[in-house]
Amino acid sequence: MIVEQISVFVENKAGSIEKVTKALADAGIGIRTFCTEDGSDFGILRMLVTDPKKAETVLKNSGFSAFCNKVVAAKCANKTGSLSYLLNKLAERNVSVEYMYAYQDNDEAKVVLRTKDIELCNTIIEEQ
Amino acid sequence: MESQYYNQVEIISKDDLRRLQNERLHKTLLNAMNVKFYQEKFKSMGISASDIKSVDDITKLPFTTKDDLRNNYPFGMAAIPLKDCIRVHSSSGTTGNPTVVLHSRNDIDAWAELVARNLYMVGVRDTDVFQNTSGYGMFTGGLGFQYGAEKLGCLTVPAAAGNSKRQIKFMKDFGTTVVHIIPSYATRLAEVMAEEGIDPRKDLKIRILAIGAEPHTEEQRKRIEDLLGVKAYNSFGMSEMCGPGVAFECKEQNGMHIWEDNVLVEIVDPVTLKPVPDGQIGELVLTTLNREAMPLIRYRTRDLTRIIPGDCPCGRTHRRLARFQGRSDDMMILKGVNIFPIQIEKILMGYKELGSNFLITLETFNNNDEMTVEVELGELGTDNVGDLKDLVKDITRQLKDEILITPKVKLVPKGSLPSAEGGKAVRVKDLRKLF
Repeated sequence: MIVEQISVFVENKAGSIEKVTKALADAGIGIRTFCTEDGSDFGILRMLVTDPKKAETVLKNSGFSAFCNKVVAAKCANKTGSLSYLLNKLAERNVSVEYMYAYQDNDEAKVVLRTKDIELCNTIIEEQ
Repeated sequence: MESQYYNQVEIISKDDLRRLQNERLHKTLLNAMNVKFYQEKFKSMGISASDIKSVDDITKLPFTTKDDLRNNYPFGMAAIPLKDCIRVHSSSGTTGNPTVVLHSRNDIDAWAELVARNLYMVGVRDTDVFQNTSGYGMFTGGLGFQYGAEKLGCLTVPAAAGNSKRQIKFMKDFGTTVVHIIPSYATRLAEVMAEEGIDPRKDLKIRILAIGAEPHTEEQRKRIEDLLGVKAYNSFGMSEMCGPGVAFECKEQNGMHIWEDNVLVEIVDPVTLKPVPDGQIGELVLTTLNREAMPLIRYRTRDLTRIIPGDCPCGRTHRRLARFQGRSDDMMILKGVNIFPIQIEKILMGYKELGSNFLITLETFNNNDEMTVEVELGELGTDNVGDLKDLVKDITRQLKDEILITPKVKLVPKGSLPSAEGGKAVRVKDLRKLF
């Protein structure tokens, strides 16, 4: 499934991620999962949230530099080898993964995948 | 049909202008002889007012500096009795005594006429609603524009500095069409408008901005025009000459006409102090030609600029000043290289990813002087730290090409650097250890 991911520019400084989470909490937006990518002076906080469009507006209006793009959220059975199986299917079609992270959606394990061609990645995943 | 000129002196012939300048310079020098400072200065140089036959003799006269004004604090430069002065303005002195400028009633009228002339030149009429976001009080940008816009007959809104939400409310409710604003505050106001959900093109009627009092680049002007959907015209003034009104851009937006019936203009080499020809950069030196309370002779403005050679298509005969290249006194010297903040601003404004605020910090690490340039990120256009690192690398390389020194560039979040609400933004912090 293709979903909207929201990314926020954060300074490498105490309290900077908290400011983002507080702005979302105050607007009643829940965070399903997140990951951070770290540079030296700054990083990017990537999140899947309950209402991505609203989150983008809320964050921009609160003065954050935020960016919305699409990622694939793939179901991944909770058993040994299932992630490997998924990645193998992508590798077979020469799809390179830029980054990935995981979360639990209700009782299902899910993997967030970012690739250059999101449509192709999604098609391969849906075929499984 | 209404004239496109507020005052016919705007299109005076070169010969007539010269005659007028000779006459006014003569009067100015006689008036200056009422000031002890000038009496002594002339005497020590062995010259008298009658030695100056025409404007060509101007180079025989001594310069006046800001220090001279400070040393004669508060009223030592007055050429007329204080009872004939009706106002005093003072510029922000960061060290020592502030500089004080006195005005007679005629001085105030002449100043208002200059400001009215400027506003009329860019299309402001008595039907306009003029909002002034300058600080009032001792700062000349407040009352200077106030009197000028009133003289023109605008409905004036003396909103003064700061309180962005209230500024925007007035703009909306009063139907403001013309705004006087410093450029960094114009971009700040545009941000607040966005936060408030106000689209300046649809919700406001602003069509003209007078911007000045702060060095800025052509890129920043274009950005302001795009953000607000207006025409922004560059304004130059300094409290020593009167205040805003000294020079202003016409609709061509290619240089500021400096009113040569009001001041005698010279551009001199800042080192040799010899005049340079039109087109060449140097320090702007001005002699007042129409001032009663406080005539100034060859005042060194410290502003670096050049005269744009040639005639302006608008028909005005007064010469044009090019965009200022910084001040001879806010030049930074780092590792022996002369650097002006405006060079850095020019590069940063070229990136649409960046916001308008930046801060240059000079620091000493291990006996080595380093420059850090912090700049606010505008919109995030990526989910990838690598892209931002590439952006930092690219900015660093471009800055190095411009200033010949490699600065450390840091991207910081919006709102974390000083912006210019109500004053000039702090752009340079010098924390170097001086030995």
